[in-house]
Amino acid sequence: MSKHHVCTVINGEPVEFLCETSQTLLDVLRNELDMTGTKEGCGTGDCGACSVMLDGDLVCSCLVLAAEANDKSIETVEGLARGGELHPLQRKFLEHAGLQCGICTPGVLMAARELLNRNPDPTEEQVRYWLAGNLCRCTGYNKIIEAVMDAAREMRGA
Amino acid sequence: MLKKTQTIIEPSGLIGSSPVRPDGVPKVTGMAQYGADYELPGMLWGSVLRSPHAHARIKSIDVSRAIALPGVKAVMTSEDLPEQTFSYQGPERVQINYWHMTRSIMAREKALFAGHPVAAVAATSQAIAAAAVKLIDVQYEVLPHVIDVEEAMRADAPVLFDNLFTRGVEPAPTKPSNVSRRAQFQAGDVDAAFAQAHEIVEMSFTTEPVHQGYIEPHAALARYGADGQCEIWSSSQGHFFVRAYTAALVGLNIGDVLVHPAEIGGGFGGKTVIYLEPLAAVLSRKSGYPVKMVMSREEVFQATGPTSGSSMTVKMGVTRDGKIVAADGVFKFQAGAFPGSPVMNAAMCAFSVYDLEHARAVTYDVLSNRPKAAAYRAPGSPIAAFAVESVVDELARRIGMDPLQLRLKNAVKAGSPTIWGPKHAHDGFIETIQALMSHPGYQAPLGPNQGRGVASGFWFNAGGESCATVHVNEDGSVVVATGSMDVGGSRASMAMMAADTLGVPYEAVRSTVADTASIGYNHVTGGSRVTYATGMAVVQACEKIIDDMRARAAMIWDIDVEAVVWQKGAARPVNADVGEFEPLTLKAIAAKRSVTGGPIVAEVAINAGGQAPGFSTQFCDVEVDPETGAVKILRYVAAQDVGRAIHRSYVEGQIEGGVVQGIGWALNETYIYNDKGQLENAGFLDYRVPVASDLPMIEAVIVEVPNPNHPFGVKGVGEVNIVPVMAAVGNAIRSATGVRMTALPMSPPAVLAALDEELVSA
Repeated sequence: MSKHHVCTVINGEPVEFLCETSQTLLDVLRNELDMTGTKEGCGTGDCGACSVMLDGDLVCSCLVLAAEANDKSIETVEGLARGGELHPLQRKFLEHAGLQCGICTPGVLMAARELLNRNPDPTEEQVRYWLAGNLCRCTGYNKIIEAVMDAAREMRGA
Repeated sequence: MLKKTQTIIEPSGLIGSSPVRPDGVPKVTGMAQYGADYELPGMLWGSVLRSPHAHARIKSIDVSRAIALPGVKAVMTSEDLPEQTFSYQGPERVQINYWHMTRSIMAREKALFAGHPVAAVAATSQAIAAAAVKLIDVQYEVLPHVIDVEEAMRADAPVLFDNLFTRGVEPAPTKPSNVSRRAQFQAGDVDAAFAQAHEIVEMSFTTEPVHQGYIEPHAALARYGADGQCEIWSSSQGHFFVRAYTAALVGLNIGDVLVHPAEIGGGFGGKTVIYLEPLAAVLSRKSGYPVKMVMSREEVFQATGPTSGSSMTVKMGVTRDGKIVAADGVFKFQAGAFPGSPVMNAAMCAFSVYDLEHARAVTYDVLSNRPKAAAYRAPGSPIAAFAVESVVDELARRIGMDPLQLRLKNAVKAGSPTIWGPKHAHDGFIETIQALMSHPGYQAPLGPNQGRGVASGFWFNAGGESCATVHVNEDGSVVVATGSMDVGGSRASMAMMAADTLGVPYEAVRSTVADTASIGYNHVTGGSRVTYATGMAVVQACEKIIDDMRARAAMIWDIDVEAVVWQKGAARPVNADVGEFEPLTLKAIAAKRSVTGGPIVAEVAINAGGQAPGFSTQFCDVEVDPETGAVKILRYVAAQDVGRAIHRSYVEGQIEGGVVQGIGWALNETYIYNDKGQLENAGFLDYRVPVASDLPMIEAVIVEVPNPNHPFGVKGVGEVNIVPVMAAVGNAIRSATGVRMTALPMSPPAVLAALDEELVSA
């Protein structure tokens, strides 16, 4: 069977690719498009390391078939910073030591940004429940939560 | 070169602060390259065929149908790996045996656990590789298997190796068994000492194996050239052991293997061993193309090392006024399918926070049909501490003493005996207890179904072999290179110690991890050793740079080098008598590099001794739901002596992270095997590690009792934080419910069953 021809917009740029029916969006991002910022921790939607935005929805890209992305827009961690300027969440993760090994960080950042889009002033409990689908084995989550809360404060101008 | 430091450097404001790490921006922008993020032109994908059987003789392997599949470029089995000599090598507690290691990475005569690699394929795509392994025809003779440690020790248990005779037993057994080794540690006269006790508590415990749970699965990329030189990109806790093990297992000189350290997505001890690298190397050799292999999460759970499950009995005696007089323990640990559980560590650490004249620990290293155990954060010590610290909690209850008070009364300090011979050389434990005694939370009132638990822990910490190179560039900027993998911010701590020693801004120092051809040997990032040992090498290299700077300044000023001192980042005349000279900064001297002697470089290679152990004391408050048995952590406070914190946030982060791993171990994590010996929860949905909504903020209390053997007083921080956790949680559940949990995990069904049993017996 021939491959699917998929037209998408990734981080604002039009991107076309060919994929097999069985290929996940994660597989295509990482292995066909060389966008390895999105990480694979489990392949079963349990760890959140592959979180991306698909037409405005936060999804695990390991659970989305690449062919489903046709005519849709995708946002990944590579699109968070604008030019050389880091997103406030990225800065706050560095300032608060919100990462140790950093493998979960791209997914956590994508999830946290969507939380702040929906709720610019979350409580600690709301942050903890929103990020419950993003596993981090290094930090114990303290500094991730602190970084998200602090970024929210800065983005609100509070 | 080992240089002991008698006086600890009085640090500037930099040490103990929390600057942004040098590798930070790549990790928040997705640019950092981890193990699975590398690719090479012409690269193939590898895939592993794994045994579905827990224990089976391999009668034949037919790879012909796999090789015939279009796109398949190579197939390998154990026949492609040289046989190894049967010999235990290295320090007693962490011996390796290449005869076992080659069988661990690929089964030979028998498959020894479900998930054991049997063959591997390289093909032009992942899909073809996955299809090809299914075409390999393996004929097995399925054998009876054994999973549980007590069952594996029984005389009628299925035996994994017919050449395995228990070591440490006199006379040596003539019949093979699954007990790889018995060991015993003893101080004083334990049996007589129990007669002094007014209260004796003896209890038995079991713990489950738990996985390190790093989010990054194992990955390796290998390119093996026709000239016999092999390059590897992989994530590990030490690219030098990857090089040595791969060379030995594939049959190469160490110098013909070059390993590039990828960023590591978590290890916690589990990436101090290799699985994929030799397979990728052989497939690359056979195919002539680079080969990349990445494990699935299922493979990680099925076939990579958890820490041991255990069965333990601990007996301790105390006087009415709170003196612990004797301790005795038997520790049986699952090694998995090959010898080498951390049971000796466990025995040595078990009673090591207590000042005991009379103590004994007997250990058994026991094989069963599981993947070989690998190191996990203070390997062995947390398991023993679950038993010992639970028993100490009961002792405190029997004599009506506060559990912190009991620990304080019996705390080790410099000069206290150990169970293994030499006396303790460092203080630090008492200070962790005192930190909690004065913590306001320790006296806070508790509500219904709530309880508070206390526990302590010990870990050796490590020194060992490290190498560092410091370069001063012509613009005065500085590069620090080491060979120690950065698992959580050590590039930052190296840069901080270098900047402080040289007297230059942190931003002037770039810190990097060099490949195996670009820096001398470094032992693994493990044992909480890097900030201590590699940090010591960095500081000593900076001191050599300072000596070099003074000599260059002396040359420029035409005075004696002894007349030049280095202060605040500049060479200065020692006093006005030697002449009037404006200070020469690092930058000013670097600008005259070529006319003052050429490149400014210092390399230091050390085998660092003098490490000081880690102590931690912790308390936690829990609430137990009597309807479901669910345990909620309300508050967690962990005090740890770190010697001195270099990067404060990363020190806190180690403590917070270690505690949360321990909470997972205590409450959730377990391996579920079916009656065929196959793992049924090989994924993060069913092997549930703690998530953000499970937890409160963990409070890290940093205690600093400096280690006089390190220039900044560092002891190490990475591991001891996990040691007390399971006991602290168990003791808190005991306080909340009156029920003593003696088996991990203390999951809702287990707690509920224990509550119901208590209800019935009451």
